[in-house]
Amino acid sequence: MDQSTHQDKIRNFSIIAHIDHGKSTLADRILQLTETVAARDMRDQLLDSMDLERERGITIKAQAVRVRWKGHELNLIDTPGHVDFTYEVSRSLQACEGALLVVDAAQGIEAQTLANAYLAIENNLEIVPVVNKIDLPQADPDGAAAEVAELIGEDADRVLRISAKTGEGVADVLDALVERIAPPAGDPDAPPRALIFDSSYDQYRGVVAFVRVVDGKFHRREQLRAMALGTIFEAQEIGFMSPVMRPVEALTAGEVGYVITGLKDVSELRVGDTLTSQKRPATAPLPGYKDVKPMVFAGLFPTDSDEYPELRDALEKLKLNDAALFYEPETSQALGFGFRCGFLGLLHMEIVRERLEREFDLDLLVTAPNVAYRVRPMNGEWTEVHTPSDLPDAFDEVEEPYIKASIIVPKEFVGTVMELNNDRRGRFDHMEYLSEQRVHLVYELPLAEIVLDYYDQLKSRTRGYASFDYDVTGFRPGSLVRVDVLVGGEPVDALSLIVHRDFAYERGKALVEKLREEIPRQMFDVAIQAAIGARVIARETVKARRKDVLAKCYGGDITRKRKLIEKQKAGKKRMKQVGGVEVPQEAFLAVLNLNEGARK
Amino acid sequence: MTSAGEGARHLYVHLPFCAHRCGYCDFVTAVGRHDEHGRYVDALLRELEVESSLLAPRLDTIFVGGGTPTFTEPAALERLLAALPEAEEVTVESNPETVTPELARLLSRNRVNRVSIGAQTFHMHLLDVLERAAGREDVRRSVYVLRDAGLDNISLDLIYGIPGQSPSDLERDLAETLALEPEHVSAYELEAKPGTRFTHAHGAELERQAESMESYFELVVSTLTGAGFRWYETANFCRTGTAPGGPDLRARHNLAYWLGRDYLGVGVGAVSTIESRRRRNTPGLARYVRALERRERPPREVEELTADVVAAERVMLGLRLDEPLSVVGVERALDANELERLERLGLAELREETLALTTRGRFLGGGVTAALLA
Repeated sequence: MDQSTHQDKIRNFSIIAHIDHGKSTLADRILQLTETVAARDMRDQLLDSMDLERERGITIKAQAVRVRWKGHELNLIDTPGHVDFTYEVSRSLQACEGALLVVDAAQGIEAQTLANAYLAIENNLEIVPVVNKIDLPQADPDGAAAEVAELIGEDADRVLRISAKTGEGVADVLDALVERIAPPAGDPDAPPRALIFDSSYDQYRGVVAFVRVVDGKFHRREQLRAMALGTIFEAQEIGFMSPVMRPVEALTAGEVGYVITGLKDVSELRVGDTLTSQKRPATAPLPGYKDVKPMVFAGLFPTDSDEYPELRDALEKLKLNDAALFYEPETSQALGFGFRCGFLGLLHMEIVRERLEREFDLDLLVTAPNVAYRVRPMNGEWTEVHTPSDLPDAFDEVEEPYIKASIIVPKEFVGTVMELNNDRRGRFDHMEYLSEQRVHLVYELPLAEIVLDYYDQLKSRTRGYASFDYDVTGFRPGSLVRVDVLVGGEPVDALSLIVHRDFAYERGKALVEKLREEIPRQMFDVAIQAAIGARVIARETVKARRKDVLAKCYGGDITRKRKLIEKQKAGKKRMKQVGGVEVPQEAFLAVLNLNEGARK
Repeated sequence: MTSAGEGARHLYVHLPFCAHRCGYCDFVTAVGRHDEHGRYVDALLRELEVESSLLAPRLDTIFVGGGTPTFTEPAALERLLAALPEAEEVTVESNPETVTPELARLLSRNRVNRVSIGAQTFHMHLLDVLERAAGREDVRRSVYVLRDAGLDNISLDLIYGIPGQSPSDLERDLAETLALEPEHVSAYELEAKPGTRFTHAHGAELERQAESMESYFELVVSTLTGAGFRWYETANFCRTGTAPGGPDLRARHNLAYWLGRDYLGVGVGAVSTIESRRRRNTPGLARYVRALERRERPPREVEELTADVVAAERVMLGLRLDEPLSVVGVERALDANELERLERLGLAELREETLALTTRGRFLGGGVTAALLA
């Protein structure tokens, strides 16, 4: 088969879908139908290799699988299914010519469907719309098909109706992929260029890059260069996944595969970068590379301070597979030694935390998350602040990240969602009806307003019907102040927060009230204050205990009494001492539940 | 502290029998079983005989506790009391409804010179909550009966913080108590111990009342000290003689515990501490009796007290008293930083070689002690 004919037979595609709309099941079914995986080896949801992904029904790391169908080579490039990984999704989509847009026949379009569909449209992908789960009793295939057709501007007849679970219609999907999606267009004779759309770390072979070859040809043992970062390495092995690694001598324009780099640090190779040959380099990289920066930060502290070295080792190991994870040592006078970690978003944070606790068996105290701030101190240079207590007392300007939020709700909840967004300093952008029943609302919101409990609030106020997605749009100036908390007259660094000036009083008050409940009564009055600079804006007092005595030692049973005292003493050891006040660790999480109290 | 070889000067004797096990009680008790009283006393006397080498030739105090010692069959009780060695203070615990003129005479003729009456409260609705059989009149009557028999050192036990007890209920209890002119009053806050039937039934109610009952301890202390009682131990009060050199009415037996003296305990579940070794007899009545019937020592747990533990206990117990604690020998048990902090907070005072709690420190004695111990 000559090169151009071969290239004509290639189809590169992704599956985009909302969580639980059946992406992984469809992928499994495709692997089965194309006999890529023998039926006896079939494990449900083969592509989601990490336990956590399987459990949460989401895909964290993208992978690519090559399958054969009626003389064609189909590359399925899996995409992460969540908002935090938008950049990774966009790189995966850039590696494709088409996308299967999967929508649940019972649920219809959700916020993530929209976000990813728009991403696909922006990347000029041919969209093959699919309505899945038509076997469900509550399915409304016509309704869902109409919504999808409306969204992508196609005829509803072109929407495929399938059940990935039963396999009904899956062969038609494969046929449609071959028919509708264009073969890759790259120039096989040009200097080689390949887009890195994902990477992972293998402890024996180092960083593995997953690539889409756009132009030219890549050979085993060739010296390669990552154009944005300048990293140079030898391709130790080149191949494709089907579904296990299958080495080949070369990958050519249009193909999708992997490159084993031997690099020991994932940060040397970034998703979105372009690989080229060192001998015959391309002049320009592929477009779209971005340095993804963490936007959400939280302190991670071991509950038992002796576990600090274990936490450090665990973060090092996670970082190997997760270039987006950021961490640096942090010392809190209240919580001791830990790390300030940066995440792409809330889900990313949740995943990292769960992996630390589950895979590394660590007991963690995670502080309330906050966003990154940009601040220009008096007569100083712009810097980024990741910890609220680091915001200087005086500054010229401060900026906070904003998002564009996309919310889809049944129309009866529009009012309540608008109210929530207004409370959260949201600015209405626009709204549209997706169908007679469902409305798509677009708001601009400060990221800080959603990191705590926005999603929970949204879900509870819409009885679970709302779906939500967002995209960080950039930094904007804000009227922000740092609110400090003083316990027994001493500031507690871990409790500082940065809030909009208009909310400072309300938040400060709610926080000290919450702390009053959390801090046990002591042998003296404990003042809890919220302050902006030297100005106290709220104050509560934990009144001193009036009695604390043990009953008699009956018949000389002193041991029993001594054990009670020892127990009392051990209980105190578990608390953190702040200004001579014993503060339970839970109190440091008070900020997490603030909004409930303040806004109801 | 008793020096080695001299023997313990304090003896505790446990009589576990009760007419009814009160819901809040978690002591070693046995309900009914009249036929067993005699056998039990035989076992007790045998244990006393076996352990007599541990006792000093002359005893300071004997305390007969329970259970309800005065619920024991009179013949068995008399046999026991008559067989006990001589001591300067011999206390017997009683429940008001068991105190008859016959019993009072029985105690009196057997050298008992101090009786502690478990009054608990004078309110019927609260006695019901505590599942106590006695009524208000029983307490009054028992005091007179004992006085008639010549017993002139009487202690009344009160419990406060009973579910449903209002501040005025407590004031009334204290007034009734004072009206009976006891030499000594013990007032303990009700402890709802986890796992007891009582906690199961009343735990939630107690939780609800916790805040309003916080002032009860202060009320007890201020009322009794206001009436001329000495608050000599966290939960214990005694009348002070109006004339100088009058009798010291503190409970000398309990004082021995608080001062870290050696004591021998005999009976089921009884605890002894002798020469830094603490042992606790089996709480199983049948096992206890059977062992002694076989002329064996009853099964017991033994705990060797290290010097650190001894020092910690000295601090823990000593700080319950109104007299300053000598810190000589117990420095190792004290956390110097915490001591300094507690002094700053006005809860403790270190003077030369003694440590004392301030009045507020005594109200917070448990927390203060937990903080102080290194």
